[in-house]
Amino acid sequence: MEMVQTKDIPNLIVFSETLQALAEIDRDILVVTSDSRGSGKLVPFGEKFPDQIVEVGIAEQNLVGMAAGLASMGKKAFAVSPACFLTARSLEQIKNDVAYSDNPVKLIGISAGVSYGALGTTHHSLHDFAVLRAIHNLTIVAPCDNFETAESIRQAAEMDSPVYIRFGKKGMPTLNRTIDPTFRIGQGRTIREGEDLTFIGTGEAVLPCEEAAEMLAEKHGIRCRVISLHTIKPLDESLILAAAANGQPVITAEEHSVHGGLGEAVAALLFQNGCRNKFKIVGLPDEYTVNGSQIEIFDHYGISGKGLMGTALQLLGSGSGK
Amino acid sequence: MTDRELKLKSVEYRQKILRYIYHAKAGHTGGSLSCIDILNVLYNQVMNVSPENFDDPGRDRYVQSKGHSVEALYVVLADLGFFPEEDLLTLCRYQSPYIGHPTKKVRGMEQNTGGLGHGLAICSGNALAAKKDKLPLRVFTVLGDGEMAEGSNWEAMMLAAHYKLDNLCAILDYNKQQITGANADVIGLEPIRQKVEAFGWVVREVDGNDVCALADTLQCLPFEAGKPSFVIAHTVKGKGVSFMEGVLKWHHGVPSPEQYEQAMKELEEARQKLLEEVVEA
Ligand SMILES: [Mg+2]
Repeated sequence: MEMVQTKDIPNLIVFSETLQALAEIDRDILVVTSDSRGSGKLVPFGEKFPDQIVEVGIAEQNLVGMAAGLASMGKKAFAVSPACFLTARSLEQIKNDVAYSDNPVKLIGISAGVSYGALGTTHHSLHDFAVLRAIHNLTIVAPCDNFETAESIRQAAEMDSPVYIRFGKKGMPTLNRTIDPTFRIGQGRTIREGEDLTFIGTGEAVLPCEEAAEMLAEKHGIRCRVISLHTIKPLDESLILAAAANGQPVITAEEHSVHGGLGEAVAALLFQNGCRNKFKIVGLPDEYTVNGSQIEIFDHYGISGKGLMGTALQLLGSGSGK
Repeated sequence: MTDRELKLKSVEYRQKILRYIYHAKAGHTGGSLSCIDILNVLYNQVMNVSPENFDDPGRDRYVQSKGHSVEALYVVLADLGFFPEEDLLTLCRYQSPYIGHPTKKVRGMEQNTGGLGHGLAICSGNALAAKKDKLPLRVFTVLGDGEMAEGSNWEAMMLAAHYKLDNLCAILDYNKQQITGANADVIGLEPIRQKVEAFGWVVREVDGNDVCALADTLQCLPFEAGKPSFVIAHTVKGKGVSFMEGVLKWHHGVPSPEQYEQAMKELEEARQKLLEEVVEA
């Protein structure tokens, strides 16, 4: 496997370090936190740049409304809060003050998905893609690894339209960068080539796609393509349609409800373009989420190398497994 | 602008508010008539905002938190020359930018508002950014009394005091009524002065339909260095039209042809009276 292996660093840490590097040269970069500087690994940021961090207290509506007011004055405001609160408590501020008013706030949803594991549903964000996809004028990004995290933060800083970026806090290996060494918000990255099946993953669900593809190749001689679709909106339609063009199965994987996320976005695209590939959305089913750590929850619902391999073999059918 | 000129503007603005609401057959009549004196004084006497300086980062900022009273803001912006007044004949029409709440599609509008409890947080962000950039500008918002029930207002109040945003001024259009009835019957907000003071703001009370009193009050900003300013502007919903004043149904009532004629007649009489005073003086 052509993995560029590095020490597994949480995307959260990479986010904080990237932002510190940016803040050093750009005084307009402001971090806004809702008592979340510790959870956001932003304590060093606050120590280095005390004039560039704004604390609002545990008040997420105010976090986003205030950030909109900062952004409309030309500040590059990064509003940082756990994704669960940021995209629910302050949803109306995101819809009206950020997206509708076109204030280019950078909304950073930390510890996204089920990163908080056993802290439970109050702390999970399995709805954020769904609710935010339905809001006009908002880019939605879920980087899969350190590389995509750093790049997405750097590019978000220069965007003049609103963006939401969400990631977790678990250490992440950097995935293959030899096939597509570039990163552009809005353009998915193919990190493994293959023609028998395509995995389309986003965020921390890309790693299990890569693991499944590796096992399918080794154990079954099945060659899978893996796409990191870090940008949920706008969707990279041409990349997805090209991947589906040979009619082989497509599996999507996301740390999100199966309703309204990446999978349904891809399904709508494929169906409306006449693609009738075998297709499966892997994510969190519509039920009370099982209790456990992030990795246990992933395993429980098949968002794992083994689980995705099983789904792939099912779709390929006994006869097509080479 | 002289006191009399300001008074005359208010009457003319009221005529225009009714004209365009009547033409559109839609609008928030009562609230627009209650807050128009505040907007008149802000734009004609207090703020340094004009079509000429609207792209200047140093201009003062106004965000209307009670977005539904947009007709009041439209007629003032048109009067300042942000857009031709006759554009307002398209108010609420298909594909018109002049919708029933402020949008930035209309030149002169700083933010899109309409959901309640949003203006103060945005203004706090504006004010904090101005402080960081050492810009001497000031930030204003007009709040409705009904929207004081939104918790987000109180989050922003805590923040503005914490960051000593004395370049921020919130004006409460306190007409004591909201869509369902009297504030006191819906959800009481009294003692509002003490509540706002307890949040670290300096409060002044004024007759919010008296342009001279408003101008005097708003000339003294900030009321205290290091603290945000809050003006409780006691107003009357439907102010200026006898049969609308304090009558709940005019929250978003549209006058019949007879009512429209009557209202315009009353306002024209008020205008003539002021013109005579101007001549005498
Ligand atoms: Mg009221």
